[in-house]
Amino acid sequence: MEAKVLMINHEKCTGCRRCELVCSVFHENVANPSKARIKVEKWEWEGLYIPMSCKQCVDAPCMNVCPVKAITRDDAQGLVSVDNDMCIGCRSCVAVCPFGAMNFNPMMKKVFKCDLCDGDPQCVRFCDMKAVDFVDVRKESLSKKRDAAFKISEAKKLGATIQYEG
Amino acid sequence: MSLDRKVAIVDLTTGKIDIKAIPLAVRKQFLGGRGLAAYLLYNYSKPGCDPLGPDNAVIFSAGILGGMLASASARTDVMTKNPLTGLLGSGNFGGFFAPELRYAGFDHIVVIGKAAKPVYIFVHDGEVEIKDAKNLWGKTVTEAQWAVREELGDPDVKCAVCGPAAEKLVRYANVMTGIKNANGRGGGGCTMGSKNLKMVAARGTMDIKIAHPHEALEFDKRFIEQITSAKVNQTMGVLGTPFIWGATNSWGGIRTNNFQFNQLLNADPIEPEEIDEWSKESMGSEYNMSACFGCQVHCRAKYKIPDTPLARKYGLVGKYDEGPEYTSQGAFNGEPGCTGLDTLLMGNHLVDQYGVDNLEIGSTISWAMELYEKGILTTKETDGLDLRFGNDDAVIAMIHHICKRDTWLGDVLAEGGIRASEKIGKDSFKLLIHMKGMQNLHSDERATPALALNLALASRGSDHLRSRPAIDLYHLPVDVMRRIYSSPVAYDGPLSSDHTEYIGKPWQVAWHENCYMAVDCLGICKYHTTFLGATLPNFEDWAKVLYYNVGLEMTPKDIWDVAERSNMVERLFNIREGMKKDDPFKGEILAERYFTEPCKRGAPDVIGKKIDKPKFLEMRALFYKYKGLDENGVPTPESLKKYGLENLDKEPLRI
Repeated sequence: MEAKVLMINHEKCTGCRRCELVCSVFHENVANPSKARIKVEKWEWEGLYIPMSCKQCVDAPCMNVCPVKAITRDDAQGLVSVDNDMCIGCRSCVAVCPFGAMNFNPMMKKVFKCDLCDGDPQCVRFCDMKAVDFVDVRKESLSKKRDAAFKISEAKKLGATIQYEG
Repeated sequence: MSLDRKVAIVDLTTGKIDIKAIPLAVRKQFLGGRGLAAYLLYNYSKPGCDPLGPDNAVIFSAGILGGMLASASARTDVMTKNPLTGLLGSGNFGGFFAPELRYAGFDHIVVIGKAAKPVYIFVHDGEVEIKDAKNLWGKTVTEAQWAVREELGDPDVKCAVCGPAAEKLVRYANVMTGIKNANGRGGGGCTMGSKNLKMVAARGTMDIKIAHPHEALEFDKRFIEQITSAKVNQTMGVLGTPFIWGATNSWGGIRTNNFQFNQLLNADPIEPEEIDEWSKESMGSEYNMSACFGCQVHCRAKYKIPDTPLARKYGLVGKYDEGPEYTSQGAFNGEPGCTGLDTLLMGNHLVDQYGVDNLEIGSTISWAMELYEKGILTTKETDGLDLRFGNDDAVIAMIHHICKRDTWLGDVLAEGGIRASEKIGKDSFKLLIHMKGMQNLHSDERATPALALNLALASRGSDHLRSRPAIDLYHLPVDVMRRIYSSPVAYDGPLSSDHTEYIGKPWQVAWHENCYMAVDCLGICKYHTTFLGATLPNFEDWAKVLYYNVGLEMTPKDIWDVAERSNMVERLFNIREGMKKDDPFKGEILAERYFTEPCKRGAPDVIGKKIDKPKFLEMRALFYKYKGLDENGVPTPESLKKYGLENLDKEPLRI
């Protein structure tokens, strides 16, 4: 079985940032969103809220760029991890991540990232809207296909009506 | 330690900033939020001061759970001497300001004095700065927040900001945060305007230690399930607060045409489902709700203003906003007798941008409409505006005129009902629906004596969030009521599940007053309490949430005592500033029309109802007794001693 992935549907996000809160408490025992591994980027004036987190990339740029090989990927778990003992705090991974998912802790002088909370991501557990979900990627892909197909069929119907009326 | 947040006392006259710790003893007495704000206001505002002068204080106060693991732990109380009433002014907003203020290291910002030129206060990671607000002054609520984020180069700065209405000293100007979170009552914005203070901006990255993190997470999960499993919150998560409109209006619990009727006819366009549909359509998504910090209820709908002739006239087509709440429905539809959805959406947007209390401005305009229809105001005073009920255009026009003070009537109404009635004269005061100088919500309490009693007794003037025992309307079995109202202190007096009854209600009002004060001290949202349902969290749950997060070991009764003490400080403040129980301007008495005019519309249990004055006075007397007050509503020496307040005026300030 394929490892599960964090899937974000930003349309569902209400912008409450509970994911940031529970992430910081779970990992650091403190309430402090700036230490969260997930962050909701918000365009408040347009009502647009987009949670950003690590995608655990298969060909992970952070892993590829790390000069001391502190970053590795476990294919079975679908998890990219940082070995804190090896990390030299060069922040190459922060620079290269396309999603801004690698963070730097200035106190520890180490990088930190989403570790999927040992298989029970707290952001998923606490998101009432399921804007962040932990899913089997193939199943998700199938259901997305179905949703998209439905939308296309609706659009066709709509197009046909307009043509008919026009 | 979780309790390491500070108080900053900022004197805008001298530029001096004092940063002080909060002693544990004071914490245990007031917790935080509204309770501690009351204590700070009592001490930092000068007795009898001019609310618009430098001796008034304005206090920004986060709850003790702000930004921690409790659902919707996002409330900020802003407290001041109210420029509208001269008594206590206090409002409470959600959004994201309180958590950010706490992550920046502070629980309370006390602002005194007056700046020589516009300034703002920037709070970040333990530091407080007074900064030049030249580029922010004159900007709307969202423009100002946008500008300060640009200036500071950080999109995550959160602001408690006042708008153009506050700069013009409209006496019911709000403090705002985000798009639409409003400190809707109390005139805090006006006080900010009088101090040349545009905003308090906060940004923080400091840890708040969670006392028992694992237990806190697990308890929070259960706490949230308790909150979201309530039907009422599920509905609110889809339709927002307008969900109660349909039921209340068809029942006859809405005040329309000022106070002449109690039901809005032909209200289909503003039914909650219609608003929801428009919200989804205009946002192009079936997911259309937004939430405050850490809240699963997400009660605000996002929307854009539709393309209608009126919206085009005012240049508001396509403008983004959030809400519109039940209160806006009343303010811009029910009270002025207008049924346009665009009127609601525009009115809501304008008050958010100007930063003014929707409830007060809607009620004030509707009062002026009744004066106009009765010939007390003529087109001479209205600058030709046809102020008849049902004139949607006139409502939108008056919002602009009041907030800009650019017409005679706009300028007069910006002073609030009582001052305006002095200028307008004739019988205008008699038609004003106010308590303690504050106009009422658009609701009609003539069929619900408990809710009416709450209005008269609310510490900040006519109000639906100080005590309102709204579960009265659910007709709960008496044994369920007994369970709620006998905890955490024993009560074996009468209780009635009939909302039209007078017996048992004084205790319900007293109980809810403490319940909501406790919630305001904790800094969580009232929608997560017995305000909305019997199964929702209560004193027992708060004791646990407090322990797991903060580490304070307090019993439910201890939290009750904090609330009782805090309520008493608010009362002492009001008494110090001239409240007398039967004073028609500053007293704890309903507007006379509640006693004399019966309800004309609605369900059979509403039609013909008015408040029985002798019974009302009896209820008030009983309430005073339950609260440890004498027959004039003044705390007895024994009560003061019981709550450690006997030397409040004389003792050295403990913060």
